[in-house]
Amino acid sequence: MNSTITAPQKLSQVPDENGRFGEFGRRFVPETLMHALEELTAEYARAKADPSFSEELAGLFRHYVGRPSPLYFAERLTKLCGGARIYLKREDLNHTGAHKINNAIGQALLTKRMGKSRVIAETGAGQHGVATATACAHFGLPCVVYMGEEDIRRQKLNVFIMRTMGAEVRPVTSGSRTLRDAINEAMRDWMSSVAGTHYIIGSVVGPHPFPMMVRDFQSIIGRETRQQCLEQLGRLPDEVIACVGGGSNSAGMFYPFVEDASVKLTGVEPGGRGTKPGEHASTLSYGVKGVLHGSYSYVLQDADGQTQDVHSVSAGLDYPGVGPEHSFWKDTGRVQYTPVNDQDALAAFDLLAKQEGILPALESSHAIAQVLKTARSRSASDIVVVCLSGRGDKDVYEVARLRGETI
Amino acid sequence: MAFMPFITAGDPDLAATQAVLHELAARGVDLIEIGFPYSDPIADGPVIQASYTRALAQHLHVNQIFATVRETTANAAQPLPPLVAMVAYAIIFRMGPEKFVADACQAGFSGLIVPDLPADEAAELSRICRAAGIDLVELIAPTTTPARTQRILETATGFIYCISVAGITGVRDELPAELQEQLKWLKSQTKLPLAVGFGISRPDQVDSLRGLADGVIVGSAIVRHIGAISESQVPLPTALQNLGTLAAQMVAATHK
Repeated sequence: MNSTITAPQKLSQVPDENGRFGEFGRRFVPETLMHALEELTAEYARAKADPSFSEELAGLFRHYVGRPSPLYFAERLTKLCGGARIYLKREDLNHTGAHKINNAIGQALLTKRMGKSRVIAETGAGQHGVATATACAHFGLPCVVYMGEEDIRRQKLNVFIMRTMGAEVRPVTSGSRTLRDAINEAMRDWMSSVAGTHYIIGSVVGPHPFPMMVRDFQSIIGRETRQQCLEQLGRLPDEVIACVGGGSNSAGMFYPFVEDASVKLTGVEPGGRGTKPGEHASTLSYGVKGVLHGSYSYVLQDADGQTQDVHSVSAGLDYPGVGPEHSFWKDTGRVQYTPVNDQDALAAFDLLAKQEGILPALESSHAIAQVLKTARSRSASDIVVVCLSGRGDKDVYEVARLRGETI
Repeated sequence: MAFMPFITAGDPDLAATQAVLHELAARGVDLIEIGFPYSDPIADGPVIQASYTRALAQHLHVNQIFATVRETTANAAQPLPPLVAMVAYAIIFRMGPEKFVADACQAGFSGLIVPDLPADEAAELSRICRAAGIDLVELIAPTTTPARTQRILETATGFIYCISVAGITGVRDELPAELQEQLKWLKSQTKLPLAVGFGISRPDQVDSLRGLADGVIVGSAIVRHIGAISESQVPLPTALQNLGTLAAQMVAATHK
């Protein structure tokens, strides 16, 4: 064996101790935060190895979140498409209506373990904000959620829920007033409060160990799906589809399948209303390698390294970066990433409601739109699983507005 | 002690930046930090962040900053003090570290501060800077452990940027008591000059650092005078006068 060649990282054994997913990830943050990140990495490693932590988390998943979430055969949708059998992983049925609670409850449990007494979070669509406010109410932790002014307008329902749960929602008025600026503001808070505050980041983004930790907490989605496929269908699926903004539901769904070479993995990005900068948020489809929010990954930025404005009909996908593990999966070819535009996502929102009586989140509607396009080109014996990451109640005001209706 | 003001390039435009550089040089400052506006500055408070947003709204580009600095250093009636670029790693990475450092040297910069590039990730840039003969200034925070400090000091050049408080840039009334202890300890660990930044805005704050620090950095209080041009329609000559007065007071306090 030639010792000068280092073996490529195994897909399931990333990141390394420096937070590297291949070349991606790592830590690009002010020195002020470095010690806290080192401490968090060490404490998370201890928690992960501690059976009592896993047991407590499993109990919360079962009795508080309502896991396992069903793997549901979408029979009418399957008939309509006329091809592969379509199954939906029902993360929309979790407490608080989305996959975000898996990570929020895990990190809140870790916050208690670390002895920190305050939680901050950022939110885009508000689902992570609601999940964090919920987890903090459960544990009795004070919680501040940073949210862009533009998103507060689009997601009034979630703002109301967060405040009712006792969280303080702080409007962010800088920059684009969306998720990206909410992350900046939460990081600034954390710079001053790091000694007693934990930052529950909502996606597989940010500096190490966040991308790994959030993926691990969300991997319950993929582990359950894998087991449910084997038990209910007797085999693994042929394809798994999930939407990708920052990429937490997809990372959690894909990770337990990465070593299963027969399972095709498809990430669906927000194609917005066009392919020009500012018209979409398809970071992996159109972005470049760069640094944003503390990690090295694909980003949407201009030739000077300035972050570009993005657009998506879905507030939860409206983000100019993506988790470093997705960049690793893209470059290794393990996951195929493809954009779906606003219109197709809105059509899928409607169609799933009428065909199955399920109102999907606009984020998840992107993944549904993708299966609508591809299921028919597969045989009837094929199995495709779509991650239905959240329910669409939060989106009804925005969809009504786009239709010119008032509720 | 040295006085080291921070300014934002291109706020409100590059002509104003040239005038500010001349004004600060005329007031006898010892070093000038020039901030490269960035869209997502996580270490900066509202004053500096707003100045970045204003500059970027004018479609400011990195090559224009280099051109302006090059022109200013070449045509200055009196020589400018050393110039240090304060720049986010996103910008350096996008341009390519080799090219960024070459262009910075050519423009007349003698050092770089990259606030979001911790020592753990700085090996490549450090090597490039060393080869080009330009300093890569490392930062040490109140939260930096002694073990981390030792590692940082191994590769640091130029001076050490001591962050006075765990937090973001911006004006504060008081400096934390632990700062003095940290500076004393740092002094015993390195021969490099120690410059203190974050939270300093007034000459009277300099006294508590005398004998402990070798330099004082003032950012937001300086940037605010220039920001007044856009925020409250203060004419450029008046803004320059106000900025010059603060710079002169800080120079007098630090050189005492």
